[in-house]
Amino acid sequence: MTDETKVKLEEAIVNLIKEYANKKRFKPGDVVKEMESKFSASGVTKDDVKTAIRDLTDSGRLIYGYAGGSFLALPE
Amino acid sequence: MSKKHKTPLLDELKKGKWPSFVNEIERAAEKSEMTDDLLGQVEQSYEEKVVHWKHGGMVGVKGYGSGIVGRFSDLPEKYPGIKEFHTVRINQPSGFFYTSDVLRSIVDIGEKHASSLFNFHGSTGDVQLLGAKTAELETIFQEYTKLGFDLGGSGSALRTPSCCVGKARCEFANYDAMHACNSITQAFQDEMHRPIFNYKFKFKFSACGNDCTASIARADLSVIGTWKDSIRIDQEAVKDYAKKFDLHKYVTDKCPTKCMSYNAEEGLKIDDSNCSKCMHCINTMPKALRPGTKGGATILIGSKAPMVSGPRLSMVLVPFYDIEEDAKNDYEWFKDLISKIWEFWDEYGVNRERIGELIQRVGIGNFIESIGLEPLPEMVASPRGNPFVLYEEYVEAGGEQG
Repeated sequence: MTDETKVKLEEAIVNLIKEYANKKRFKPGDVVKEMESKFSASGVTKDDVKTAIRDLTDSGRLIYGYAGGSFLALPE
Repeated sequence: MSKKHKTPLLDELKKGKWPSFVNEIERAAEKSEMTDDLLGQVEQSYEEKVVHWKHGGMVGVKGYGSGIVGRFSDLPEKYPGIKEFHTVRINQPSGFFYTSDVLRSIVDIGEKHASSLFNFHGSTGDVQLLGAKTAELETIFQEYTKLGFDLGGSGSALRTPSCCVGKARCEFANYDAMHACNSITQAFQDEMHRPIFNYKFKFKFSACGNDCTASIARADLSVIGTWKDSIRIDQEAVKDYAKKFDLHKYVTDKCPTKCMSYNAEEGLKIDDSNCSKCMHCINTMPKALRPGTKGGATILIGSKAPMVSGPRLSMVLVPFYDIEEDAKNDYEWFKDLISKIWEFWDEYGVNRERIGELIQRVGIGNFIESIGLEPLPEMVASPRGNPFVLYEEYVEAGGEQG
């Protein structure tokens, strides 16, 4: 995965969570499936998406929440 | 500090011979207003038979999705001290071994930054520090990290693997459960700290059939010690036991597969090919009987407590796993098996579905085929029961049973 794709992937993940904020709780696994399919032409793998989620949560752009299951959210 | 809340119902629980959790909370409440409020809320819950905790939410430490269980009082005006009362799960050392210095340090951090109440240990195995406020979580995390500890698992993640004391203290151990548990914990840190699964996943390692971690009822993947060869018998020690109690009544008659017999002339005889390794005879006569020398483990899958569907016990997935041999390769075979199981679960599982429930839904045949295992008659759901093998010789053409 190129650096450019990585940036696009991270933006796409954040935008997905933003778009559905207060409407749908995305499990990290759902995000992986969604992004793997969206970026399949760029050769993005499951592990790439997992790494992107990890980088986003490490940097604080996304956080984890829990309500009967873990989900990704924007920081409050 | 005098008690702020009257607790007549809780006071009843201080009576009797056993140590009481109420006494411990009261001792902690002498120093902490927070814990005093905890007593008040628990008393109110007992009076009303209603739980006053909410759990979950957006609490945690940066980068981790696991290890903190958000807990809030739903009566924050009445009990302000426990408005936030989160649980911090700390990954326990394998076999629960601590030095007294480390224990003091763990407790000091808890006293300084939380309620000073702990569970040693929670049912998953972690040390649980109770009563942390959101603002203190990062500090608590940093202080435990400095001490060499890390957070454990929570949420839809790999839960902290746990094990029995294994070869460190137990003569029945058939493999090094502590080493296996530690190695697997280190290998899957990402899966433990960053929830990515459909739901929780638990490993437990017990080094013999006594299953001191109760893995057969509580772990999605249980690794239980067993042996391939014969039970070792010291006939002289058997005779000594025969002088103390009735061997037929307490040992041979209780053998679930009736694979053993005893008489004074011939001594104890065991048909090891029919032994189910239940450990009863060995537990009853530990000086006379010992597990065989060719140790390994049985891997079982799918147990869980009631939730989406009812409770389940594990079923046998790998009848004999040469775990000591695999340990030389850093558990490569086992890790590969786990990856295949998780891949299947990820692909076909639905939200909040445990692996055992998924297997029940799709069928064990499809599951073992997908993870690349050969079906074996020993893959049983219960002793003498087999959930999926079709004995074709008993089925005539047209589907009629012969």
